[in-house]
Amino acid sequence: MAEPIIAIDGISKSFGSFKVLDSLSMNVMPGEKLALIGPSGSGKTTILRILMTLERIDSGHIRVEGEELYHLPGNGGFLPADERHLARMRQKIGMVFQLFNLFPHMCVLDNVTLAPRLNKGVTRAEAEKRAMELLDMVGMSAKAKAMPAQLSGGQKQRVAIARALALSPRIMLFDEVTSALDPELVEEVLNVMRKLAAETDMTMLLVTHEMGFAHDFADRVLFFDRGRIIEEGKPDEIFRNPRQERTQTFLKKIIAAGHRV
Amino acid sequence: MEWDWNFVWQIMPTLIQGVKITILATLLGSLLAAAFGLAIALLRRSPNRAVSRTTAFVAEFIRGTPLLVQLYVIFYVLPDIGILLPPLLAGVIGLGLHYGTYTAEVYRAGIDNVPRGQWEAAKACNLTERQTWIRVILPQALPPMIPALANYFIAMFKETPLLSAITVLELMNQAKSVANSSYRYIEPITMVGAFFLAISLVSVVALRWLEHRYGRIER
Repeated sequence: MAEPIIAIDGISKSFGSFKVLDSLSMNVMPGEKLALIGPSGSGKTTILRILMTLERIDSGHIRVEGEELYHLPGNGGFLPADERHLARMRQKIGMVFQLFNLFPHMCVLDNVTLAPRLNKGVTRAEAEKRAMELLDMVGMSAKAKAMPAQLSGGQKQRVAIARALALSPRIMLFDEVTSALDPELVEEVLNVMRKLAAETDMTMLLVTHEMGFAHDFADRVLFFDRGRIIEEGKPDEIFRNPRQERTQTFLKKIIAAGHRV
Repeated sequence: MEWDWNFVWQIMPTLIQGVKITILATLLGSLLAAAFGLAIALLRRSPNRAVSRTTAFVAEFIRGTPLLVQLYVIFYVLPDIGILLPPLLAGVIGLGLHYGTYTAEVYRAGIDNVPRGQWEAAKACNLTERQTWIRVILPQALPPMIPALANYFIAMFKETPLLSAITVLELMNQAKSVANSSYRYIEPITMVGAFFLAISLVSVVALRWLEHRYGRIER
């Protein structure tokens, strides 16, 4: 059996007195598409933010492609990782945010080429060629010269996906990427993600409230509650036949709120 | 007392010399205040508590004491420890340091106004701290603060007569010198007011334009 691409081992994280993650462990296999679901405040978004190094862990270990994310070997044990190590580890991971977070002072093309030009040693021409391919894939090449303020939410999010892909990450994190969109714009973003899942072997972690999409998209669904994973399995098992009472309650509430399963 | 136009034309070249120095002091003082303020704003955000606290204290100290006192210290006290500065340079440093503590607040507010998501996106793009500041944060933070900065520079301009206290031959000092030698005050001092008013009015128009041009950023 292959090694997990992400191995999370007993991590905890608190914000003040609120324990978001409670000695949580989980593995992700290379190429796996994972949906993280659960009530808000259950820690699913925090997992993504920790993997992207936007939040630190209080305790535990994370290995990405076999390498410690937050620790360096030293003194016969582990030392906290320095910024250089974190920067190297970040190359493996890309993230798309709920609020897009495009750089508003740059055109679409510059948003996508900025990081590759600065940090991958590629020329502007190379970066732009690759960016246009990515924009083409997300259906945004016609808007390459547009400013983010001129785009709809769905268009912004598709650009944000292209921007994350431009760094060729092996793991992509999607944090409620359709939650801020008007309903009619959700599908265009989901279509891009379907395409991405079909055409690449990237590992994808998805925090979502789109249960229908999670069902079709994911190889495995994890149900989070109060900082722990209380149920996991194939989408059919979780959505059609949840064993835990809290999973059942959560799914009922979601369906009552009008989401398709 | 009667207004004497002949006297006005006679002293005009001297006054214009003064206007040039006033404008020069304002421009150089503004540049220094802009740079010094940015340095304060960045140092105050340092994760090192000793650095951020010391910076905050120094800034508070400078802002809490009068510019005139600071000018005296720079020009008349520093020579006691061997630092002898020409009057104009001492004046520019005084203006720059004093107004730098105000512009620092403008920078602080402008930087805080950049949404947290921009920092996070920069990190997710694996930009370094330096690249994040130069490519992402400052280009968004600076344009909206230009009107507020310009406002302080206009205020600074109107405080340049204080430099006459440290022998800088700016407009006020030139006017005083012609007044003292001719015993006529009405024309020189009125002309000082007129020059300041004229330049301020032009500046205010420019400020309105800046506010229109940079005051908001589209997201």
